[in-house]
Amino acid sequence: MRDGRGQIRRRAGLRLWLSGGWLALVLFGAVFAPWVAPQDPLMQDLFTSRLPPFWMEGAEPGYWLGTDNLGRDVLSRILHGARIALIVAVSAGAATCLIGATLGLIAGYFRGMADIVISRLVDIWMAFPPVLFAILLIAVLGTGLTSIIVAIVVIDWTRFARVVRAEAMNQGAMDYVASAQVAGYSRLRTMLVEILPNVLPTIGALLTLEMGISVIVEAILSFVNLSIPTDDPTWGGMIAEGRQAIHQSWWVLVFPLVTLFLTVLSFSQLGEGLKDRFDPVLR
Amino acid sequence: MARPDRKGTPLYEVDNLHLSLPDMTAKPLIGAAPRIEILRGLSFTVPRGAVMGIVGGSGSGKSTLGRALLRLLEPTGGNIRFDGHDITHLPETRLRGLRHRVQMIFQDPMSSLNPRRRVGGIIAGPLRRHGFDRVEARVAEALDHVGLPRDFARRFPHELSGGQRQRVGIARAIALSPDFILADEIVSGLDVSSQAQVLNLLERLVGELGVTLAFISHDLSVIRRLCSHVIVMHRGEIVENAPTAQLFEAPQAAYTRALLDAIPLPDPDQPGW
Repeated sequence: MRDGRGQIRRRAGLRLWLSGGWLALVLFGAVFAPWVAPQDPLMQDLFTSRLPPFWMEGAEPGYWLGTDNLGRDVLSRILHGARIALIVAVSAGAATCLIGATLGLIAGYFRGMADIVISRLVDIWMAFPPVLFAILLIAVLGTGLTSIIVAIVVIDWTRFARVVRAEAMNQGAMDYVASAQVAGYSRLRTMLVEILPNVLPTIGALLTLEMGISVIVEAILSFVNLSIPTDDPTWGGMIAEGRQAIHQSWWVLVFPLVTLFLTVLSFSQLGEGLKDRFDPVLR
Repeated sequence: MARPDRKGTPLYEVDNLHLSLPDMTAKPLIGAAPRIEILRGLSFTVPRGAVMGIVGGSGSGKSTLGRALLRLLEPTGGNIRFDGHDITHLPETRLRGLRHRVQMIFQDPMSSLNPRRRVGGIIAGPLRRHGFDRVEARVAEALDHVGLPRDFARRFPHELSGGQRQRVGIARAIALSPDFILADEIVSGLDVSSQAQVLNLLERLVGELGVTLAFISHDLSVIRRLCSHVIVMHRGEIVENAPTAQLFEAPQAAYTRALLDAIPLPDPDQPGW
């Protein structure tokens, strides 16, 4: 009567460890930036401008990843930039997820009129070029952290709505939904208690993906100087500044770019890894 | 549960039942999809305490009939009376008061048990919904009835075998002590030994609980063993409705004879059964 399927413990996997580890590092750096950053990220000093990273000729101790042409420490700026990147990732990701997943769940489960309205809205929405749409929005809303988050939510809720709608439709066709009706449960309760838990792994994977995308969108907006109006460092802003001096000091461009790349990659891999690890249903 | 004094009186009365669904594959670009008639005027009664077999080839409308009896689908014509109540077009909110009296066991238990809920929760949910007392005790009794250990309440459906899952489906249905259970092809997804176990279990439960059962199957040998009455369906119509013994002795409709001839014989050299 007993079999071994319940005993299978899947390994956490290298993917989960690497992505989780990198994100933990970025989170630690962001939270403790004022204490762990070796220099003041805003302090300009022309005597230390364009210092190379530590392994090259002419590097100075205390400026591990070099300095930009105003003498600001690259490592310290990356650490402080992680704050805005993570704030945007978490809040924009969560808000996008909440709005998109709710609409997708309603469209996919209730079908009918709700589905027609939501699906057509998604179709129309997706016909806008996303980055131009974001730039236009920021131009209207004004720059600032809130505007970036609003812009990301407005652009990207369709991603959640589409995927969650499809998954809710799949789940809605399963007999356990019919058996909830036989049990006399209301439609709303069936959606929240029966369907939602089965769509949750998909939502989780999408959420982490969306966090990565939020970091990219924030960087794009910083790159075109539409992000944060103050001189708080952002990764996108650093890449934009580094581009201008690429021939004299490549490290100003490369280090924020690598950090951004690894962070976005880690977010998407974390989602997949968590889904593999914690989905109790062996498919 | 069937009261002894009312045994034999009709529990379900179905009169000229019609049901059609839109055929989306034939939908024109503009305008409504044509409708396919799935049930074409069925009339029958299900007596209280009976075990009613519903048999027919695939596409004969037997599952649709089952789902119409439970009002998971709304008929497009005729009417269905359950224990005197006309439930043909009753809205879902009004049906909920009757739902605990009418239960269903599904064909595929992997799909009909929510993979994220434990067996205990799956059985207890409908009990709580309908305000039953002693929920924990009733769950344990239901598990006892279907021959599963009580500690299975803590397991997830994917941790069980196919036969065990189907027993959970049966436990969920009987826990509410319903008047009527619809069993829709419940053994067709199981291997032969699990099929035999589940059928034995169902036979025993019908005897013990006195529940009225409609048993949908395409397999006449299963129907013969379990059912007191048989409805034979073909292309959305009832071609024969007779007590089981009579149907197997003297089938009236040509379609019934064809179905009977399709049953593999235990010994091909012996004529007949």
